[in-house]
Amino acid sequence: MSGPSISRRDILRTLAISAVGGSVLQVIPAEAAEYVHQMVNKEKAAEPSGQYKPKYFSAHQYATLVSLCDAIIPKDATSGSALEAGAPEFIDLLTSENDQYQLRLGGGLLWLDSFCADRYNTSYLGCTTGQRKEVLDLIAFRQNAKKDGALSQGVAFFALVRNLTCDAFYTSKIGIADLQYIGNTAVRDFPGCPPIPKT
Amino acid sequence: MAQVNRSPKVYDVCVIGSGAGGGMAAKILTEGGLSVVMLEAGPPLNPEKDFKMLTWPYELEHRGAGVGGFARARFSEFLAPNGAWTIEGEPYTSAPGSNFQWFRSRIVGGRTNHWGRIALRFSPIDFKSGTRDGLGADWPITYEDLAPYYDHVESYIGVFGTRENISSAPDGVFLPPPKPRCTELLLKKACDKLNVICIPSRLAILTRPLNGRLACHYCGQCGRGCVTESNFSSSQVLIPPAMKTGKLNLVTGAMAREIILGKDGKAQGVSYIDTATRTEKRVNARAVVVAASACESARLLLNSKSPLFPDGLANSSGTVGRYLMDSVGSDGFGILPQLEKMPPHNHDGVGGMHMYIPWWKFDRKNDFPRGYHIEFHGGRNMPGVGMFDHLCHREEGYGVQLKQRARQVYGTYVGLSGRGEMIPNPDSYCEIDPDIVDQWGIPVLRFHFRWWEYELRQAQDMQATFRSIIETMGGEYLTKTAIDGKHPFGISEGGRIIHEVGTARMGPDPKTSVLNGYCQTHDVKNVFVMDGAPLVTNPDKNPTLTIMALAWRASEYLLSEAGKGNI
Repeated sequence: MSGPSISRRDILRTLAISAVGGSVLQVIPAEAAEYVHQMVNKEKAAEPSGQYKPKYFSAHQYATLVSLCDAIIPKDATSGSALEAGAPEFIDLLTSENDQYQLRLGGGLLWLDSFCADRYNTSYLGCTTGQRKEVLDLIAFRQNAKKDGALSQGVAFFALVRNLTCDAFYTSKIGIADLQYIGNTAVRDFPGCPPIPKT
Repeated sequence: MAQVNRSPKVYDVCVIGSGAGGGMAAKILTEGGLSVVMLEAGPPLNPEKDFKMLTWPYELEHRGAGVGGFARARFSEFLAPNGAWTIEGEPYTSAPGSNFQWFRSRIVGGRTNHWGRIALRFSPIDFKSGTRDGLGADWPITYEDLAPYYDHVESYIGVFGTRENISSAPDGVFLPPPKPRCTELLLKKACDKLNVICIPSRLAILTRPLNGRLACHYCGQCGRGCVTESNFSSSQVLIPPAMKTGKLNLVTGAMAREIILGKDGKAQGVSYIDTATRTEKRVNARAVVVAASACESARLLLNSKSPLFPDGLANSSGTVGRYLMDSVGSDGFGILPQLEKMPPHNHDGVGGMHMYIPWWKFDRKNDFPRGYHIEFHGGRNMPGVGMFDHLCHREEGYGVQLKQRARQVYGTYVGLSGRGEMIPNPDSYCEIDPDIVDQWGIPVLRFHFRWWEYELRQAQDMQATFRSIIETMGGEYLTKTAIDGKHPFGISEGGRIIHEVGTARMGPDPKTSVLNGYCQTHDVKNVFVMDGAPLVTNPDKNPTLTIMALAWRASEYLLSEAGKGNI
């Protein structure tokens, strides 16, 4: 689905309004914003309880993915988690369209369950919170694979999930707000650099 | 082959390609009273439908990564259509040992829809560099010949910049530039300490309204296409005035196949494939302007064989396809920690740098010939896919700490890109692949490309310069490059900078060049080439402004010669 179309007329109207309003930073007029809102993908802003039907992963793989995304970017005082940003759905969408991801992520999720089975006699999801933390602390760092070569595929797998989870979070509304990005708007003049604070 | 559809109409000129050169030719020729049929391989452009301006990543299902995440790299899903490194059904090949990357945009306006808008004049010495250092050839024209046309182009399309009186970076007709960003102020400070010239950039983006086009509204998304025509594209700035004359017939979905030579040794038309119906059609014209992009134009000439030109039209010199040059490219990035304490602010600006470094070491002997300029990137850009790849790779981990670190480092990365002059060499050229045709039945190009030692040393110097700039500001330079392997000193792959030029070069001698100083082929008086192919050198300045100045000048010459009955 392509994004909304912003018309020349919308921008003309914005800049005309700003001439009266006097504020340098003006946002797109309300009508255009509403149109944009309606165009937003209906599948985003995931309900983690499982209303989403995965396009590629099995239900169990997907549930594992959900757990990983939540661990990689959890809710904190500033913003919500990667789940609220639609990370598992985003990863599932790309994977359904990409053979390489199917191997690296689909296979990686099974690797993870096998690793947990060897270590704790259960799947990743079957592990306790403490056990899951032990596992992630191992595969989240390349240096662990230097000490134990059997971890290297897990390290590679986790690095990909981490990158894609960051992709999903920081391209979401809440992720963009977390960074306090200001922009993507029409302004009459570029304001330049604000005064640099003294240390 | 099914019956060829021949229209009886004879146009004055057939222009092949609707990009910078073709668009300029169409405008000047139609305004000069000639009837022009333009063949564009791609579809028409619809800005309000095709451009993803002012769109948040979360408004796209793929967030900017594209289907399968394949657009996750630099040129993302947001890029204005219809460009790609590979086009299904239209392959190209590289000879063993070469790996040329060819970017093509099949749509009205071509690559001008999404180009970087960097509009730099070549300097006087760039036209005579062969004589100066004995490498490559001189142009058959001088800066003084072209200067009035630089004036015309800049005045018409609108370019911002400041007059700085730097011999290597001639001043132009400029609109005022936008204020520098925070990142650029810091880089400028470093340059001042290092005696490196750093000045406002020169971009084909309006900071004042011009000819009915609105001034920029600083959303920073020029690459996505601009609905208000505030940045320059051929589709929005050159084609419309040509259309307005009523003398332009723009045929889209038309893949030119061959320039047809008459018995009198002059071109009489162009045969093309109508891509919608996959049938062959033909237009007749009294003159032909080939402006399909440098390599595509070379391909068309080489594929236009006849008893008079067994090696391709206008190729008696054997130099069509030769002297292929791309810009030398090497990039670096680092962190400037002082940016961490900047309050959140709007960093967008125009879709490009507001400050840059023009070639500054022209006054001394360097251990490589010619020079390069440096572009600036980074800062508090709109978040996108891949933005925290470096952080994740470097610091790894997960959880709340990862979020905190992302928040901290956001906006503190700055990037530097060097773009320099390649010396043409005999190992770098394109030719027709003997085995492969594309889906239209047209033989494809096979590329040969190799950097020589000159370019590697230039890339090495770029990396050293980047490091010293970043470190002078107390920052950490993060780029690591090897001295050998596929990318010594981070040098780009040939073609990656998308400044490929030189494949039908100008020259005074028909034995060693394809065109004269007016972009007219030596061999066939009514055939011109008006894209990047004529360029004799590819200096440390992006080619597009010069392509347009040459096309304007050549088109006026064509008008004048046509008026005298010489074509």
